[in-house]
Amino acid sequence: MWTWFYQLASPKWFYQFANKWLPWLRAATLILFLAGLALGLLFSPVDYQQGNTVRIMYIHVPAAFLSMFTYVLMAISGAIGYIWRIKMAHIVSVSCAPVGAIFTLLALVTGGIWGKPTWGTYWEWDARMTSELILLFLYLGFMALHNAFDERKTADRAAAILALVGLVNIPIIHFSVEWWNSLHQGATISKFEKPSMDTDMLKALLTMIVAFQFYFVTVLLQKVKAEILDREKLSGWVKKLVVKQGEGVQ
Amino acid sequence: MYFHNFEEFIEMGGHGFYVWLAYAVVLFALVAYFVYSNRSAKSYQKNLVKFYKRMDSRNQHKTDLEQQSVEEN
Repeated sequence: MWTWFYQLASPKWFYQFANKWLPWLRAATLILFLAGLALGLLFSPVDYQQGNTVRIMYIHVPAAFLSMFTYVLMAISGAIGYIWRIKMAHIVSVSCAPVGAIFTLLALVTGGIWGKPTWGTYWEWDARMTSELILLFLYLGFMALHNAFDERKTADRAAAILALVGLVNIPIIHFSVEWWNSLHQGATISKFEKPSMDTDMLKALLTMIVAFQFYFVTVLLQKVKAEILDREKLSGWVKKLVVKQGEGVQ
Repeated sequence: MYFHNFEEFIEMGGHGFYVWLAYAVVLFALVAYFVYSNRSAKSYQKNLVKFYKRMDSRNQHKTDLEQQSVEEN
């Protein structure tokens, strides 16, 4: 059990691990997306109030969910890197930021597109949307702060602190629809209750959420690979790997 | 299947614009970032090939100079 943790902290081991799993992850992501798109666009019913616009849910909810999930992972691995000074944890944390920003942006954009036909407006300064917008700024701030330092160790530690401070925004996003009056509807799926949703809709939504998660792990590992190569370029194994593979890039 | 023909599928009950716009934006962004993150690892490798060549030739140059100065003294 513990050896696995030690291995996980080694960039060389992590790189080989990523290389081994990425082809499978890519294939699984593609299959899940095709299944999710078919279920969401073809095999799920229309909403009795919203009509076909409800199909936007199958991309909006996964994007919003992953935008928060990614942030929590970014903050936790940043904290692990900060406390125990583990290089690999910082690499994961930094690699989370761009894809998290993309999920957040997509949640906002698809929410706006969904809002126009259902609420009559693209944007409203209410709690859910404003706190999600703040999440986007936190991601952008994290990346900007990390870029602002010449020395990478300082950058890692400063950015990790920013990520941890920003963590307070996550429960605010989650509970915003309960704490404040909002246009935005509350959660439809919960761990504790039976979901208040048609089973065909639920199937499509859950498939899409899993597809987005697989996509996240895939692009995260791709980014982590690049980050490891850049940071470890002076260590022997990277040189051996690069020279051995020459132009035949893997 | 909830649509009877292809036109109905495209129209989405009059909301086709919103539904397809949302799906297009998401698909575009996800594919673009997938390609970008995959390429950045590959381009790092290519740059590293050049980086190591440069380092090697610089080190070689350094040892040459050292040897020269040893011989001159």
